[in-house]
Amino acid sequence: MREKTPILGLRGICKRFGPVRANHEVDLTLYEGDILGLLGENGAGKTTLMNILFGTYAADAGRIEIDGEPVSIANSADAIAHGIGMVHQHFHLVARHSVLENLMVGQKGRHGTLDRAGAEARLARIADEYGLRLAPETPVAALTIGEQQRLEIIKALFRGARILILDEPTAVLTPQERDGLFKAMRALADKGMGVIFISHKLFEVREITNRVMIMRQGVVTTTLVNGPELTDRELGELMCGRELIPPERPPVAVGRVLLRLTKISAGGTPDRPVLKEVSLEVRAGEILGLAGVSGNGQGALAEVIAGVLPPHGGAIEIDGEVLDQPSVQAVKARGIGRVPEDRIGTGLITTLPLSDNMVLPRVGEAPFSRCGILDHRAMRDFAREQIARFQITAAGVDVRTGTLSGGNLQKALLARELAWDPLVLLVAQPTRGIDVGAAEFVHRQFLDLRARGRGLLVISEDLEELFTLCDRIAVIYEGRIMGTIPVAEATARNVGLLMAGFREDAA
Amino acid sequence: MRVRLEVREKASPWLNLTLPLLAIAATLVLCGGLIALAGANVIEAYSVLFASALESKFAIVETIVKATPLVLTGLAVAVAFRAKFWNIGAEGQFLLGAMAAVFIGTQESLPGWSLVPLMILAGIIAGGLWAVLPAVLKTRFKVDDVVTTLLLNFIVFYAMMALLDGPWKDPLSGYPDSPDIRPDAEFPVLLHATRLHLGVLLAAVATVLVWWLMRFTTLGFAIRAVGENPRAAAYAGFDVGRIIVLTALISGGLAGLAGVGEAAGLHYQVMAGISSGYGYTGIVIAMLGRLNPLGVVPSALFFAVVITGAEAMSRSTGVPVFLADVIQGTALMTMLMALLFTGYRVRLSLTGHG
Repeated sequence: MREKTPILGLRGICKRFGPVRANHEVDLTLYEGDILGLLGENGAGKTTLMNILFGTYAADAGRIEIDGEPVSIANSADAIAHGIGMVHQHFHLVARHSVLENLMVGQKGRHGTLDRAGAEARLARIADEYGLRLAPETPVAALTIGEQQRLEIIKALFRGARILILDEPTAVLTPQERDGLFKAMRALADKGMGVIFISHKLFEVREITNRVMIMRQGVVTTTLVNGPELTDRELGELMCGRELIPPERPPVAVGRVLLRLTKISAGGTPDRPVLKEVSLEVRAGEILGLAGVSGNGQGALAEVIAGVLPPHGGAIEIDGEVLDQPSVQAVKARGIGRVPEDRIGTGLITTLPLSDNMVLPRVGEAPFSRCGILDHRAMRDFAREQIARFQITAAGVDVRTGTLSGGNLQKALLARELAWDPLVLLVAQPTRGIDVGAAEFVHRQFLDLRARGRGLLVISEDLEELFTLCDRIAVIYEGRIMGTIPVAEATARNVGLLMAGFREDAA
Repeated sequence: MRVRLEVREKASPWLNLTLPLLAIAATLVLCGGLIALAGANVIEAYSVLFASALESKFAIVETIVKATPLVLTGLAVAVAFRAKFWNIGAEGQFLLGAMAAVFIGTQESLPGWSLVPLMILAGIIAGGLWAVLPAVLKTRFKVDDVVTTLLLNFIVFYAMMALLDGPWKDPLSGYPDSPDIRPDAEFPVLLHATRLHLGVLLAAVATVLVWWLMRFTTLGFAIRAVGENPRAAAYAGFDVGRIIVLTALISGGLAGLAGVGEAAGLHYQVMAGISSGYGYTGIVIAMLGRLNPLGVVPSALFFAVVITGAEAMSRSTGVPVFLADVIQGTALMTMLMALLFTGYRVRLSLTGHG
């Protein structure tokens, strides 16, 4: 192996937010050709550290070194100038512009003109060198999520990045797309780039990285070299600082159909609906998983079941009763609980106090209000009860909800819905962006609900999660259910192919 | 040395109190420059301005009377803005409330005792419905509420002028003033030998009611939820459109009530200058009061002092009375800038140090 040079060094980085120690004496070294996994629970300080590196925050103490030289990074332009590239979870692309135009955004041309030919040549060079190919004239809107992510990586290289930070890049990809990403990451490392890979999925960290750095409560607790002897369980325990016991899925007698969708078409226009004649059944004592790459109609399906989106056609049946007029109220009254994917967009109102959010869907009912008059004490008592029951970390019931970490927000939402003992719980991306400890807790709650003869519909892009949790897995692609597979017969290959739109027989 | 803004995790509660005070302080400093330009002594001008509005019992009562319509329009805007219904139309709702009051107050056929309650009711309904119109346009057709509420003000104003120049023209004076309301319709005076009328009491009651509504009712909860995150509110089962329309009705009703108070408590008629921009000042007052009903009261009192004091200042120092308008406008700008600090904190960092 060749002599390794550290291209990036963080030395003694400290950052406080009021009383919270987000980063304390953090050291990080990244070598040429390195793929460093950065692991940690939510609130462990990973994001803060990356924000300091990318110039979003200023460190209270410590320094950043590039090639051994201390540098000052006060904003993202400085970071880019020092060869640091970042691919965020949410892409920063202009959908109507072409691949090439997106690359040229923010680039200075000669005398105020755009250097199109030069940009195209550079794009071709990146394609040759790293195997990252995209047609320059394709509009971003026509790219798949995986391709958009590739464009983000190309954009970073285009701007001269030698250090690439990938923040949970696999969360939005199919297994096949993920393999493509990993191949690209290896190619980048082989050419001498340094890559920092942030993920909650331990098996991915084991697969792709050569070193792993684990953070807990703002400090680096462990840095280890990746090797075949490393297990998910070991990594998970290092990350949470406690023992993890994977939840078991004992057999439960499956009962009557609790939720039945029959030929539901919804969203878009009646002629071109987003959901195309979707039929599904969720029975008592079962967890039905819905796999699919995001944007294939999962959102519309969740909105239909939540009563927010009236379908163009088809029938919704809850516990044997067909709903004539699906509405949020009707669906809620018949026992559908809902934990949305978009926790801070449609689930919670982050600017309001936690106690308000805990009662949000039920504020019009006793004991929280009578004849339209609020009972603040009942609201706060309820919130306090749920915080204790689910061990939600919050500085009280009056804190602004947005100050809770992702895992705690998810716990709060789950606590709110479970308090009403729902007949069917509809959950979307239940563990996205939350750490293993919280994810384990969430999964345990689901299995507990299942054991009590309730039904669950879990929409997730995380196949690993669906495989451990579900009894059956339905796959959605372009608004159609491609097939439903009992979990015993499900493999990453057959589910992955359905997710990519290939029927079993055609493959 | 570099200055940068960082996202704040939590807005501390004392900011709600200090920010308006900071904004006012900055406003007075900035407007002090204008006073100096007008050739007056800044300290002297300000002391005349504030002292004249507070120097005697009579002056204090006058300031309170002046603050009354401002409290109501401030409440109107505060309620609407809480639901993110951008009601810039309190001015028009105010005028319509005043016109409705005069319409009822001049009816000879109604029994005398019924006039005052009917005027109040009519003014609230007229103002409320005038705000419901843009709210329905917003919720049904996604028409921008800032534009519609603002433009509706001009429709009301010029309709009123047409009325004052036509059917309501005072036949005796020939001025564009409406006929006077019947003596039975005049709001009773609460304090002998002052202009402290029933409208002041109504404004106080309205303040408490709005505070109670926002804090202790499910409707207030819904208004806040819809304003902060309409999507989440819809998912939680709130009928967002209905709540915005209801908010508009309450908001317009408050502005309408302000108009009733001025027509029935002070002028006993409507005329071109009945408002002097109370609806617009309400926006500044609501912002400075942090959209809190209880914050609206001190905020309205402050502007009442500025408006009444500006005349005395003008008389004794020669600074134009328009300074009062400049102070209002500047206060809105400084407050909007101060609001930046609720979401961000300013950090100074030394260059070369990360």
